[in-house]
Amino acid sequence: MWFFRAPHIVYGEDALSYLASIQGERAFIVTDANLVKLGVVDRVTEPLTEAGLAVDVFSEVEPDPSIETVTRASAQARAFHADWVIGLGGGSAMDTAKMVRVLADRTDLQAIDVNPIEPINLSGRVKLCTIPTTSGTGAEASWPSIVTDHSENRKLILGHTDSLADVAIVDPSIPAGMPAWLTADTGMDALVHAIEIYAGPWHNDFVDGMVLQAIKLIFEYLPRAYRDGSDMEAREKMHIAATMAGVGINNSNVGLAHALAHSLGGVFHPPHGRATSTFLPYTLQFITREAPERYADIARWLDLPGDTPAERATALIAAYKQLQRQVNHPVDVRGLKVPEDKFYVNLDHIVEAAEADGTMFNNPRIPDTQEVRRLFEYAYAGHDVDF
Amino acid sequence: MPRFPSQEWAVAFKDALNTSKNYAEAARNWEGDFYFVVTDIPGQGDPVTMYADLWHGQCRDAYIVDELDAHRPAFTMTAKLPTWRKVIEKKLDPIQGLLTRQLKLEGSMTTIMKNVKAATELVNSLSTIDTQFPA
Ligand SMILES: [Zn+2]
Repeated sequence: MWFFRAPHIVYGEDALSYLASIQGERAFIVTDANLVKLGVVDRVTEPLTEAGLAVDVFSEVEPDPSIETVTRASAQARAFHADWVIGLGGGSAMDTAKMVRVLADRTDLQAIDVNPIEPINLSGRVKLCTIPTTSGTGAEASWPSIVTDHSENRKLILGHTDSLADVAIVDPSIPAGMPAWLTADTGMDALVHAIEIYAGPWHNDFVDGMVLQAIKLIFEYLPRAYRDGSDMEAREKMHIAATMAGVGINNSNVGLAHALAHSLGGVFHPPHGRATSTFLPYTLQFITREAPERYADIARWLDLPGDTPAERATALIAAYKQLQRQVNHPVDVRGLKVPEDKFYVNLDHIVEAAEADGTMFNNPRIPDTQEVRRLFEYAYAGHDVDF
Repeated sequence: MPRFPSQEWAVAFKDALNTSKNYAEAARNWEGDFYFVVTDIPGQGDPVTMYADLWHGQCRDAYIVDELDAHRPAFTMTAKLPTWRKVIEKKLDPIQGLLTRQLKLEGSMTTIMKNVKAATELVNSLSTIDTQFPA
């Protein structure tokens, strides 16, 4: 038994105007200060007001949101008696919004109580709309919230499968203003999602089609969106691809590159997508030494050369690295501006956190503790994985 | 070949955990005992409950209990016999089993979510036991 779930997805040009037709009374926008400054929050407030809703804004979501931020935002939403929570931003704002919706509905719970295993029994009183401002996280279409626990310097995967958005608005005009580096970070993250989902043991027929198409779209359109941010066709295709990969996350799981990125991120906080993008070639080299088949499938879908599964998997890694170069992404952890001395001082902790990460096991080959450590060391030094 | 669930199987379970290097390593910080409750056993009215005392990568004891109030374990995991069989035979990913409520777990979820690897290695070692199931 397994499920396939997705929010109601409103996409394409003018998708944002859908907000003018929603039914409700009090909308609580969860976002970050930068999006207020850029006027993006105004673009959302306008149709909500037109629909007759009172609006309150929480704009203090930081990158890698903390438990404290989730708690503060939830308290404000409860006091406002929100019946809609609008998550506007990248993964951080939308992940926070997902938690806020649950906590605005279940006022008896705290953030740390929200886990995917126990029934959450939402009343349905508070609805959730997600509006991604980047094309990458897929958080608009997936249930987990990545929340940082500063007391233990680690990221927790909180949330519940029922905390999925009711509506996701995927309007390409919103991410069109992203600077090139952010287009690269978020777009590469979407690609890592799609590849890890396709290869992971939770993959399933519903999701396979989604993520294969997402992979093809990203290889084709990310270089264009990166080179020319005003290329609206590329922007739209990237925005759709990221949401498709997000639907994949919702019904499957990401894998090893995410486990490594989450644990490194708990200490050094590089941009999430830049970190997952950096780790992927190393994790692929490690996994495909024993289990190349699913990666070879992706390579075949992309028309990459190779006679055996191993050769095709190698061709996929090469194509991935070429894309990394096209979008000027770092190729090792040093390139993530992680100082060498601090990296090694924290390595024990980072290895331990990676092993405890919920995505560590969703891989065709699972590393033991020594192998996790070596993966970090190789990824730091930029060495091809030979174990 | 031990039958599941039985006292003999509980002993095999303890041995399997205590000989698993991966479990010892993954669960080195684990503190928390378990009830594993097996329901829907053919020809048997009552569920069977196995107690396991898990402590820092070791299984200190495992046995079938007759009285549920014999212990107050930190965690209780309950499933029907066919579901346990799927888990032991590695046909059901335990996390997916939990997410679909085929496996029901009571106890501190925060502890579980911070120790996914220990939980996974625990289940992996179940699958190393050559197990006979009631027909
Ligand atoms: Zn990601």
